[in-house]
Amino acid sequence: MENEQDKIISDVTSGEYKFGFVTDIETDVIPVGLSEDVVRLISSKKEEPEWLLEFRLKAYRHWLTMKMPTWANLKIPEINYQEISFYAAPRQKIAPSSLSDVDPELIKTFNKLGIPLEEQKHLTGVAVDAVMDSVSVKTTFRETLAEMGIIFCSFSEAVKEHPSLVQKYLASVVPYTDNFFATLNSAVFSDGSFCYIPKGVRCPMELSTYFRINASNTGQFERTLLIADEESYVSYLEGCTAPMRDENQLHAAVVEIIAERGAEVKYSTVQNWYPGDKDGKGGILNFVTKRGMCKGDDSKISWTQVETGSAITWKYPSCILRGNNSVGEFYSVAVTNNHQQADTGTKMMHIGKNTRSTIVSKGISAGFGQNSYRGLVKVLGKAEGARNFSQCDSLLLGHNCGAHTFPYLEVDNPTAIVEHEATTSRIGEDQIFYCNQRGISTEDAIGLIVNGYAREVLNKLPMEFAVEAQKLLQISLEGSVG
Amino acid sequence: MKNNFLLEIKELRASIDTKEILKGLNLEVGPGEIHAIMGPNGSGKSTLANVLTGREIATVTHGSVTYDGHNLLEMSPEERARDGIFLSFQYPIEIPGVSMVNFMKTAVNEQRKHNGLEPLSASDFLRLMREKKELVEIDSALTNRSVNEGFSGGEKKKNEIFQMAMLEPRLALLDETDSGLDIDALRIVANGVNKIRRPDTSVIVITHYQRLLDYIVPDFVHVMYDGRIVKSAGPELALELEERGYDWIRKEADVSEESWTTDRK
Repeated sequence: MENEQDKIISDVTSGEYKFGFVTDIETDVIPVGLSEDVVRLISSKKEEPEWLLEFRLKAYRHWLTMKMPTWANLKIPEINYQEISFYAAPRQKIAPSSLSDVDPELIKTFNKLGIPLEEQKHLTGVAVDAVMDSVSVKTTFRETLAEMGIIFCSFSEAVKEHPSLVQKYLASVVPYTDNFFATLNSAVFSDGSFCYIPKGVRCPMELSTYFRINASNTGQFERTLLIADEESYVSYLEGCTAPMRDENQLHAAVVEIIAERGAEVKYSTVQNWYPGDKDGKGGILNFVTKRGMCKGDDSKISWTQVETGSAITWKYPSCILRGNNSVGEFYSVAVTNNHQQADTGTKMMHIGKNTRSTIVSKGISAGFGQNSYRGLVKVLGKAEGARNFSQCDSLLLGHNCGAHTFPYLEVDNPTAIVEHEATTSRIGEDQIFYCNQRGISTEDAIGLIVNGYAREVLNKLPMEFAVEAQKLLQISLEGSVG
Repeated sequence: MKNNFLLEIKELRASIDTKEILKGLNLEVGPGEIHAIMGPNGSGKSTLANVLTGREIATVTHGSVTYDGHNLLEMSPEERARDGIFLSFQYPIEIPGVSMVNFMKTAVNEQRKHNGLEPLSASDFLRLMREKKELVEIDSALTNRSVNEGFSGGEKKKNEIFQMAMLEPRLALLDETDSGLDIDALRIVANGVNKIRRPDTSVIVITHYQRLLDYIVPDFVHVMYDGRIVKSAGPELALELEERGYDWIRKEADVSEESWTTDRK
C-alpha cells in the first residue's frame, strides 16, 4: 500500500548528496601510474627542496616492500595503483594573494558548498584554507593571524617559507614506515594544511581546512601538520566533500599534531565524502592516519569527528600521551548507511605519568551498512596513575545493518584504572510511530532520536559546525527506517 | 460538508496480517461526548485504536472513517495527530536520549504550524509545560528526563496524560489507560483527563473495567464483541457488565455459527 511515508522515502533517497556536482575547470593531471619518476615529477611540480624529495623516495621504496593490511572488518575492492593518477591540481597560481587571482569557477564551487573564501565580516571567527584536489586554493585571514606569529598556510608554502619548522616536525608523529597508506602518502602527498601556533598564543579564531575532491581517477593524498608550541591553544576544523562518481576514488591522508608543554589542540572533522550510491557503487575509499603527540607535560589533544560519508572509512585518530599529566580525547559519531563500511576508532598510548584518556564512540548503522569500532588503550609499564574511560555505543536502524566492537586493552602498570562500557540499541518502528502520533514526521523523529544519541559528541564541536553536523546526520539517514 | 459528528465510522473492516479483526464496526461520536468501549480480550478494541491512529499494522479492507468531515483513512499518522487526534498508548514506548522537553516542543510546534500559528518561544513553551505539569499533577522529575526512560508503568500513563494536556486534542483515545494503575494513580489520571477536557473535546475510553468510568463518566457505553459493536447504551450498561460479565452479551449478539465454535471464555 503506497502511502505518504513511502513517497517521502523515495523522494529523499534520490539525489540526497547535494555536494555531488563537478566543477568545470582546467586541471593539471599527470598520467596514471606510480613509479619513482612519478614521485620525482610531483616533487618537481611543487618545486621542493632536495631533503623533501629524499623523504618521498625513501617512503616510496619502502612502500614497494609492503602489502595492504587485511585485518580490518572491511571488504575492500581491488585497488590498482597503476590506474590512478597521483597528482591533479586546478590550474592556477599557487597561493593567490587576493581573491581576484582565484579562478571564479573555484569561488563558485566553494560558495555552493557554503565555504567562505572571502573574509566576510560576520565570519571573522573562522579562517579557511580551501583545498581543491589536494591543492590549497586560498587561505583566508593569513595576515591577521601572522600578526600574532601564527602560521596558517598550505603545506607546500610552509615547505618554501618555513622549511626548518617543517623539517623538524614532519614524520615525527607518523614515521614514513608507519603503515601501508601512510607510507604511500609520504611518497606522493600533494598538499594539505600547515599550522604553527607560537609559545603562549591562544589562536583567536577557528582554523579550518576544507577539502574538496574534483578530478576523477585521481587519488588524493593530503598531508597536514599542526604544531602547538608551549602553552598555546588552537581549535581546528576539517571538512570534506567530493563529487558523485561511479568509480571508487582513493583518499589516503596523514595528519600529525604536536602539542608541546601546556599546549592544547582541538581537532574536529566533519567528513562527508561521497558515500557511493544506494547500491554501493562508487564512493570514496578513505584510509587516513591521524595521530597526535602530547609531547610536553600538561598538554592536551582532542579529536572530534562526525563521519557520514565515504564508501569505506578506515581511520584511528590517536594520541600518544608522552608528557606527564597529558590528556587525550576521542569523540566520534560514525554513520554507515546503504552499503557503506567503517572500521574506525582510536589508539590511546599512555606513556607519561598521570595521563588521562577519554573515548566516546557512537556508531550508527542503517541500510546494509557495517560499522566497526576498533580501539586500543595501551598503558606502558612506566605509566604510573593512568586513567582511561571508554564508551562505545551502537545504534542500529533496520534489520540488515551491522555493528561490531573490537576493544583492545593492554595494561602493563598496576596503578592504571581503565573503564569500558558498551551498549547496542535499535530505533524501532514503535518509537517512530509514537513520534508520528504526536504529530512528528518520520524524518524529524529519526532526527530527534539520532541527535539525542549523538548529542554528547556533537556538543564537542565548535558551535558553528555543530548545527551543520546535526543536519548532516539527519540527511545521511533519510530513508533508512524500514 | 461538515455534519454533526466529529467521528463517523461506517461498516469498518480491518485485518492484521490476513486475519480479519474488525468485522463491520459502526460508531458515531459527537463533539464533547465521552464514549466508553468495553469488551472481552480479543474483541478488537486495540485494533480499532490502531486504525484510528493510522498504524500500518492494521489494514482496512472495507468501510469508511470520517473525521471532522475528512476521510481519516487517507491521512498520515502525523497529520491525524496534528489535526487533533491523540492516543494515550496502552504500552508507551521509551525513547532514550530524546528529552521530554525537546520532544514536546517539537510536537507542540508541529501542531501550531499545522494550524497556521507561530512556534512558541522557548520561554512561552516552558511556561506552558509548567502550567500543564501542575494541572495533571505530574512530577517535574519525570519531565526532565528522556521520553518514558526508566518510568514505572504508572508514571508512563501519567506522562501520556501530561502530553495530552500539552496538545489539547479534539479527539482523545484512551487505550486501556487504567491497566497497571493502583487506585490513587487511577484517580490522578482520571482527574487529569477531566481537567483537560474542553466542552468540545471528545473522548473514547477503551477499557475492560468499570472503575475508570466511575471517574470519567461516559455519555455512551458500547460493547465490542468479535470485531463489531454489538450493544450501545448509557453509563448504566457498564455497571451491568460489571455485575453480569460478558456472556449475556454474546448470547444476545447476532453472531454467526462460525464465531460460536471459536473458543471464547
